[in-house]
Amino acid sequence: MKDVIIIGAGVCGCAIADALGEYGCNVAVVERASDVACGATKANSGIVHGGFDATAGTLKAKFNALGNPMFDELSKQLDFPFRRNGAYVLAFDRAGIDGLEALLERGRANGIKDLERVDGDTVRLRNPHVSKSVTAALYCPSSGIVSPYEMTIALAERANMRGAEFIFNTGVTAISRRGSVMTVDCTGGKSYAARMVINCAGVHADEVAAAAGVHDFTIRGRRGEYYLLDKTQSYLTDATLFQLPTSLGKGVLVAPTVHGNVLVGPTALDTDDKDGVATTAAGLEEAMSKGRLSVPSISARSAITQFVGVRAHCDKDDFIIGMSSLQGFYNVAGIESPGLTSAPAIARYVAAEVAAYLSLKRKTDFITVRKGIPCFAAMSDEERAELIASDSRYGKIVCRCECVTEGEIIDSIMRPLGARDIDGVKRRTRAGMGRCQSGFCSPTVIQLIADTLGVPVQSVTKCGAGSYAVTGRI
Amino acid sequence: MINCESRSVVVIGGGPAGLSAAIAAFDAGAKDVLVLERDTRLGGILNQCIHNGFGLTLFKSELTGPEYAARLIDMASERGIECRLNTTVVSVAPDKTITCVSEEGVFSITADAIVLTCGCRERPRGAIGIAGARCAGVYTAGTAQKLVNIMGYMAGRECVILGSGDIGLIMARRMTLQGAKVRAVLEIMPRASGLMRNVVQCLNDYDIPLMTSHTVVDVLSQGGRVSGVVAAKVDNDMRPIAGSEFLLPCDTLLLSVGLIPETELAREAGIGLHRVTGGAEVDDTLMSNIDGIFCAGNMLHVHDLADYACLESEVAGKRAAEYAINGGVTRGAFTSVECGDGIRYAVPMKILSSGSGSITFTARPSAEYALGRICIEADGEEIYSKREAGIRPATMLRYVLNSAQSDKLRSASRICIKVRE
Ligand SMILES: Cc1cc2nc3c(=O)[nH]c(=O)nc-3n(C[C@H](O)[C@H](O)[C@H](O)COP(=O)(O)OP(=O)(O)OC[C@H]3O[C@@H](n4cnc5c(N)ncnc54)[C@H](O)[C@@H]3O)c2cc1C
Repeated sequence: MKDVIIIGAGVCGCAIADALGEYGCNVAVVERASDVACGATKANSGIVHGGFDATAGTLKAKFNALGNPMFDELSKQLDFPFRRNGAYVLAFDRAGIDGLEALLERGRANGIKDLERVDGDTVRLRNPHVSKSVTAALYCPSSGIVSPYEMTIALAERANMRGAEFIFNTGVTAISRRGSVMTVDCTGGKSYAARMVINCAGVHADEVAAAAGVHDFTIRGRRGEYYLLDKTQSYLTDATLFQLPTSLGKGVLVAPTVHGNVLVGPTALDTDDKDGVATTAAGLEEAMSKGRLSVPSISARSAITQFVGVRAHCDKDDFIIGMSSLQGFYNVAGIESPGLTSAPAIARYVAAEVAAYLSLKRKTDFITVRKGIPCFAAMSDEERAELIASDSRYGKIVCRCECVTEGEIIDSIMRPLGARDIDGVKRRTRAGMGRCQSGFCSPTVIQLIADTLGVPVQSVTKCGAGSYAVTGRI
Repeated sequence: MINCESRSVVVIGGGPAGLSAAIAAFDAGAKDVLVLERDTRLGGILNQCIHNGFGLTLFKSELTGPEYAARLIDMASERGIECRLNTTVVSVAPDKTITCVSEEGVFSITADAIVLTCGCRERPRGAIGIAGARCAGVYTAGTAQKLVNIMGYMAGRECVILGSGDIGLIMARRMTLQGAKVRAVLEIMPRASGLMRNVVQCLNDYDIPLMTSHTVVDVLSQGGRVSGVVAAKVDNDMRPIAGSEFLLPCDTLLLSVGLIPETELAREAGIGLHRVTGGAEVDDTLMSNIDGIFCAGNMLHVHDLADYACLESEVAGKRAAEYAINGGVTRGAFTSVECGDGIRYAVPMKILSSGSGSITFTARPSAEYALGRICIEADGEEIYSKREAGIRPATMLRYVLNSAQSDKLRSASRICIKVRE
């Protein structure tokens, strides 16, 4: 029997599994997808929010303020890309200037001290491609950017090093309690027992709660569509550029990614299809035209891909964190933005609560450092030569756009919780993330996955069950 | 780092263009020519083009891609030209220092002259923003060609092909011959963008419908793989016409929606790129704005025939050898080539006043003409003209001017190439 079963291997599930490792807690994470970070965690803006936006007194405000400062140390320990690039909230008219004032007040109430009011010319002086129609902005230097899936993979790997077990391709269908034992029934007839269950099922958290007989909240899917622009466009902005919401609706952001691309989006549209991540012409058009209000020179012509993330919007309009009406069934639900930013702080809080409930003591020695896959692209010639001397497979460049080597790809498959499909390799190594979008490297990546796992090429998938790369032999 | 070799001419890319450049450089007197190729074999994209139709101009016979590559490889090896495989060039500096990576380590090579022949790449789904499911089963035609012809796996069983570029047309036939069903080739333009002969031999001969003025507006998926695409007719502005949508069930969408010169190395070296071709901007010696760095083949502009890419590269190879042997050239004044009516772009983009010998022009028409006359003018005077039937954007035009005509261009202060009806 496990101490804790966590349902869902998004950033919340993985961060909590990791934090519980500090208590020597015996954890299993059950995930219906084939990999970690396959839900909202892989498709979002990747902003480590400053914390001025959430309404004071909410859990969103609390955990955002606590989470943001944790990223410097966490990213170093776990070896994932993070950078404080600063953010501007742009106002476009006089009414907007009042709106910025209100935002500043809210930020102060949330304990965010480093906010600065700047006029339009100052914004443009610092960010020359920002639109002339921007009248003023609120600047938040502590806002950052992170690679959300690399962060989550890192958290999962350290959780795994600390003893957490990950069970993929397994969906939870029912949760029940008998005496002090929780039973989690899953697809494929599998069943697991634990003393406690934590619901981190993202956009499906209400359904998972319902499967435990807990019906006190509902989650609505809210789609956000994005454009991702080529690295050649990185000159457009180094800061994150938000738009102040207006009577015309919520704006979109234009922001750099930690890897030097530019992100434009997200739109916001409620949906009944919680797993629907297909892009739409109308949504993409809206993202681009709204993005142009901030930076008029962005263009769909420099796009390399488009994607959709689905927010887990809760009818309570705040995070739900705590033991549910069913003793032993703990919810971490409705974790929409700033959920990524908040996740490390949520995890710390939840782990302490769980430890108290299960009477576990915090250990004094636990693994803190997780080393990522060596990143050939970021190395100097000397470092590259040394790496190749250690293993010649690092001398074979497979993905030419992002300069990813065979050694890195094999590492991504071989390491604990390694990649099992093409997208898993891509999220871990960036092979296929460049401007040709895997046109050149995908046949090689498919072959490497098959060879390394010892499976036929025909069984290699893009992203889990059914998504076969090829349909058979010629 | 294992330092630092020095070479007279280094050719980056061992496809047909690179091999031709290397051979020409050798024949022009450069004796320590080196070809760097990232793949495990020479020949570039020809290796996966197992269909025939190559070499009609250059070898006067109809060859498959691998046969064509073999001829060039033999010619290079007869000359003892060194070709280093499995070697990826990661940077080219303006001082002509090349850094490359292989299983042996990181190497740097300094060259007296460099020819960039890195080829081109396919435009992916994201670049044209096809909306819909983000599932397995969407490939560029060239990727599918590699899966089928090199690896021996079916990219799909029921295909729709978007775009009528040559690789798309070739793959329509290839997939059909392998037992797949190709439902249709959709082309957003009112006409096919590939060669006429490919439309006939790859689509018409196999009863594969070519639907011009059509595009894909949505991709549907089931169980992680494509289950169909929604196609629609487009209006004159290439916008989908509401109400014209229809479903084409399929498990695979292949894209043949354009090729783009591969310019990452060039850009890093500071080479100026051309707005229309996306490739390097070059003078009539095919030298870029960086002294001693020449460009040719699909890296310069996308060709429709390997033969023309090779002929172009021969010029670059020869000029690179001259540059290396003479210890550089002084480039004086130049005149830009203007593209007049009916011409989308022309290579070279600049004519040096200091040069000598014959100049070759290649040009891409911007419109269709049943009958037209291509004119090259110097200061308003027509110095070259040729009647052409069936001028169309899919077919590149190529003209070799004689020395006298070329010299007239060199002394002109305005040069223009245009189509007259
Ligand atoms: C468009 C968009 C933009 C955002 N931008 C930001 C931002 O810039 N900054 C920020 O801080 N936050 C942002 N967020 C919020 C952030 O992405 C989320 O808060 C965070 O990723 C939530 O993580 P999670 O682990 O709760 O959910 P998820 O990542 O969705 O993980 C839930 C997991 O549960 C699994 N699961 C579901 N049901 C079951 C079941 N029955 N059995 C087993 N497994 C199950 C799913 O497969 C999934 O892997 C954004 C979100 C979106 C959608």
